[in-house]
Amino acid sequence: MKLIRRLSALTLPLALAGCDLVVMSPSGDIAMQQRDLIIISVVLMLLIIIPVICLTFYFAWHYRRSNTEAKYDPEWHHSTRLEVVIWAAPLAIIIALGAVTWVSTHKLDPYRPLDRIDAQRPVTPETKPITIEVVALDWKWLFLYPEQGIATVNEIAAPIDTPIEFKITGSTVMNSFYIPALAGQIYAMPGMQTKLHAVMNKEGVYEGFSANYSGDGFSGMRFKFHGLSNQGFNDWVAQVKNQGSALNRDTYIKLERPSTRVPVTYYANVENGLYNAILNLCVQPGQMCQNEMMHIDMMGGAGVDSHENRARLEYDTRWTNDAAPGATFPATGHGAKESQEAEGVNKPAAATEGGQGHSTGHEGHGPAPDQLNTNTKP
Amino acid sequence: MFTNSNLMEFIFGRLSWSSLAFTHDPIILMTFIAVMIGGTAVLGAITYFRLWGYLWNEWFTSVDHKKIGIMYVVLALIMLMRGFADAIMMRLQQAIAFGDNEGYLPPYHYDQIFTAHGVIMIFFFAMPLVTGVMNYVVPLQIGARDVSFPFLNNFSFWMTAAGAVIIMMSLFVGEFARTGWLAYPPLSGADYSPGVGVDYYIWGLQVAGVGTTLSGINLVATIVKMRAPGMTMMKMPIFTWTSLCTNVLIVASFPILTATLVLLTLDRYAGTNFFTNDLGGNPMMYVNLIWIWGHPEVYILILPAFGIFSEIVSTFSGKRLFGYASMVYATVVITILSYLVWLHHFFTMGSGASVNAFFGITTMIISIPTGAKIFNWLFTMYRGRIRYEVPMLWTIGFMITFVIGGMTGVMLAIPPADFVLHNSLFLIAHFHNVIIGGVVFGLLAGINFWFPKAFGYKLDDFWGRISFWCWLSGFYFAFMPLYVLGLMGVTRRVNHFEDPSLQIWFVIAAFGAFLIALGIGAFIIQLVVSFLRRDQLRDLTGDPWNARTLEWSTSSPPPEYNFAFTPVVHDHDGWYDMKRRGYIRPVEGFRSIHMPKGTGTGVIISALSVGLAFGMIWYIWWLVGLSFLGILVVSIAHTFNYNRDYYIPAETVIETENARTKQLAEQA
Amino acid sequence: MSENQAAVSAENPQFYLTEDHHPENSTMLGFWIYLMSDCLMFAVLFATYAVLGRNYAAGPSPADLFDLNLVAINTAMLLFSSITYGFAMLRMEKGDQSGTLKWLAITGLFGLAFLGIELYEFHHLILEGATPQRSAFLSAFFTLVGTHGLHVTFGCIWLVTLMVQISKHGLIEANRRRLMCLSMFWHFLDVIWIGVFSLVYLIGVLG
Repeated sequence: MKLIRRLSALTLPLALAGCDLVVMSPSGDIAMQQRDLIIISVVLMLLIIIPVICLTFYFAWHYRRSNTEAKYDPEWHHSTRLEVVIWAAPLAIIIALGAVTWVSTHKLDPYRPLDRIDAQRPVTPETKPITIEVVALDWKWLFLYPEQGIATVNEIAAPIDTPIEFKITGSTVMNSFYIPALAGQIYAMPGMQTKLHAVMNKEGVYEGFSANYSGDGFSGMRFKFHGLSNQGFNDWVAQVKNQGSALNRDTYIKLERPSTRVPVTYYANVENGLYNAILNLCVQPGQMCQNEMMHIDMMGGAGVDSHENRARLEYDTRWTNDAAPGATFPATGHGAKESQEAEGVNKPAAATEGGQGHSTGHEGHGPAPDQLNTNTKP
Repeated sequence: MFTNSNLMEFIFGRLSWSSLAFTHDPIILMTFIAVMIGGTAVLGAITYFRLWGYLWNEWFTSVDHKKIGIMYVVLALIMLMRGFADAIMMRLQQAIAFGDNEGYLPPYHYDQIFTAHGVIMIFFFAMPLVTGVMNYVVPLQIGARDVSFPFLNNFSFWMTAAGAVIIMMSLFVGEFARTGWLAYPPLSGADYSPGVGVDYYIWGLQVAGVGTTLSGINLVATIVKMRAPGMTMMKMPIFTWTSLCTNVLIVASFPILTATLVLLTLDRYAGTNFFTNDLGGNPMMYVNLIWIWGHPEVYILILPAFGIFSEIVSTFSGKRLFGYASMVYATVVITILSYLVWLHHFFTMGSGASVNAFFGITTMIISIPTGAKIFNWLFTMYRGRIRYEVPMLWTIGFMITFVIGGMTGVMLAIPPADFVLHNSLFLIAHFHNVIIGGVVFGLLAGINFWFPKAFGYKLDDFWGRISFWCWLSGFYFAFMPLYVLGLMGVTRRVNHFEDPSLQIWFVIAAFGAFLIALGIGAFIIQLVVSFLRRDQLRDLTGDPWNARTLEWSTSSPPPEYNFAFTPVVHDHDGWYDMKRRGYIRPVEGFRSIHMPKGTGTGVIISALSVGLAFGMIWYIWWLVGLSFLGILVVSIAHTFNYNRDYYIPAETVIETENARTKQLAEQA
Repeated sequence: MSENQAAVSAENPQFYLTEDHHPENSTMLGFWIYLMSDCLMFAVLFATYAVLGRNYAAGPSPADLFDLNLVAINTAMLLFSSITYGFAMLRMEKGDQSGTLKWLAITGLFGLAFLGIELYEFHHLILEGATPQRSAFLSAFFTLVGTHGLHVTFGCIWLVTLMVQISKHGLIEANRRRLMCLSMFWHFLDVIWIGVFSLVYLIGVLG
């Protein structure tokens, strides 16, 4: 009896839900297909799981010791026919699921350009996609619109029914770029680019965030995705251009410093090649870019007399000379790297910052640096 | 030519007064005071009752697999308290931190807690508990008198304990990692985690890892070489089979963890570039390596639980296990497949569609042998006479809960579905579903099942049932809301939320955690009550459950030498076979028995390892040097001791066995 | 006797041995399993080298750094030491204690020579600026080769310990077993070195 009550208690919360399950009722076509996949797989598996649960309860009840009517056969332990069934039944389900998996994984590969806007409308050669470059920073999101020449922090907008191509990278540690209503997530990693193709089908404001823990300010790494009509999107771009300031390497270097819960910020224009420099870890003046390094490596390295390249490639040590973000204990321990040539890199960088105090850059929970607040849009 | 501060730095490394966490955190201060009072009370009691000599001679230096097994279990249960306290704190934080309310744990503290919770529950609760049960049961089940390498066994335990000590130290001295339980770089690198937290993590795991690997080697050798005559591979009890596979997995995966952590250590200490962003390093390499260890680790935990359930289902259904051979093959298939699925932990890292699909499908394939196992248990119950003792309750609870976890696992194995569910609370719910519903239920069932063997009296039935129902309902209340939250797009490791509509689900989850706390409390009460009522609960037969395998053929608790005569096995379920065919217990002809001798070397080396680790964590290089030298010297000195065994004289054996003969006669 | 007992008829089965049961000694198996786990550690280091081995970070490559002649001498040292260890084992089979000790000593000297050359090579590289911190390739190189070197170092310490024990207690069974274990360990390091030599040095310079 108790067991049965337990089962009903189990189904209750599932029945209660269904109001705001964004994963189960998304607004973008990709997420919609991913939702369908969840439903298909659950239904397929329930074919075997419901009988198993029912049989467990039935056997547990029927063959209880007090039921002397039930047949008792202590030596019965083998039946070839039954064993074939118990291996074949899961196998059949998995063959079906495996086929679904193979097809859907290729079809919904985030790197694959879309071939449909939604279930009814295919992508035609006239459909003009939009590109958005995404950079995960500590701890905010920077979005660059190369076609519009604008950039934003912690707010993103796109016209509905238009394929979006996200190019995604990061500045320090791993994050995951995720807008549940739009499409599945993909990691954002420094020095690397991942891609995501998606489309939004309904106007509205949707939640986006980092889905991979990235340190102190992780919880506040949220942004809003605005699905807008074409006109609405143009208005939005105009507004950004109107209200925004310029994003160049200097502003980026300041922006990049750790900060939490940064308000929405607009940039009316973006320095040429900034995204590429971010991707190749060479925004700071004097840095060697990763693609250049990889090219040299492919050609067989730079030989023994290439000591100066090391300093030009140091990247992770940018903040270790001032106290590193969030390092409460011990103030002195920064690992082995700090005392090396790194300073050679950091000095020019510090100089271009115009002597902006290092101490303000890493405060854990304080307000964002001033220049961010000036352009705030509610 | 030291200045004063240089001298201080030489002596204390980067350790300073302000490193003591309780000097500036009231929560830790309270914990510290509580631990100090409790610790003093325990130590005082031991001293007052003059137990040090007894503990040292009979337990700490013992190489008896039974005592070591019990020590593992005690260690695991202590660490469960710590790990669960972390869980409760997280649940509380997430239940209240909405909107303007920041909760009571700032990210700095919260991030340490979820990291510690994961690390402790996997490495210092589940692993020692699994190892402890295997250590206790396997030699008895195969009719052996001890494991292959008794000293190594003792040493392994103490290394595991040393790892636990290092992790516990981080609570008060310094901080713990704020990286998540697998410490992905670059976040865990020297540049983004400069404090001692990740170093505590690394050294705690490395020291414990030595113990785990050696214990794995030991048990594999034991199972392969020490089985009783007649016990062929296909006549081994299922728990022994699953233990064998688990230990093979340990041996074949923990070195990978060790090597990976060594590389991370070098990055942090020597400034190498394995997992850095710059200078050619590749953090994705770490993610791959850690999961090549991490996925088999999951099966290391669950396989022994499967073995425990197999023994219990068969015993309490009063029936031979259905489909023994297919059970064995299923176990072996799972063992092999567990190495072919690691990439499913990071489908979202951008591998190609074909790679993702391959790993997704191999993952699903694992559900076939697992499904077969479920059916085997089901058909063992079929035409049985099921006795609902506490271990059987856990088993039924497991079968229902685990299939749900299995289903959500297969959902996560479909890459495009994983894109929307990865890192969400759905994932958290899934793996707690299989780890609590599988591993923890299994081990609690196992403790209830084998406790009378280890101590000679059963565990109290009433409190056992209370504990079971609290755990079971607590589990559903705690984790079903997380499935829902996952589908609402809520991600893991967040310490503050904006959307108030989520709160109700977190409150329900916190209530579930509270129920589980009651379950743990009831379990402790069960232990205490059973101890107090031990005379009523006493079992003199050695076989309280009418069970089937060899461990039940000897007395409870078994004598030091386990079996006066080595058993000979003719069929699987050896003891059942003996009972069925009229086995008569031998009462004469006893001989002296060759046994290994205890040694304190394991304790000493593990203590030195704690010193070594502490020195490394705080850059106290003289301590590192001394400890290392000490370990070397003690190890070498140990090899000069050739006098490692002794004979239990025949008179002692006769005395012990005659006492048992008398007991059995009285009972009859 | 025990054969008979195990083979008694099904009607009257024997359920226990009346005399002492001596399971086979597990040391060799246990040590073999340990070597396999060690082998896995090296597998990780090899894999790391395979992945990172061409990330020179705009710095020197194997062709710029490695001196194959030196490495060839080094390899010869280790291979010779394996052969001389084999001779030691042959003497042990004959029960010749002093012969065993003599060959063990020679083995140890070859081992030390190997370590000396390796240290010289490392020293040379570091002087050239090719430090483990220079690039991922060099990190992986130093770690792989250095881990092997550490193993050889421990092998040497073990060898000396064992020589002391043999001269103290003679070629008793426990010592023979230890010699067998060290033998497996020593040859195992040889096999690993052949992997290092081919994958790191040969392919690095010539490939």
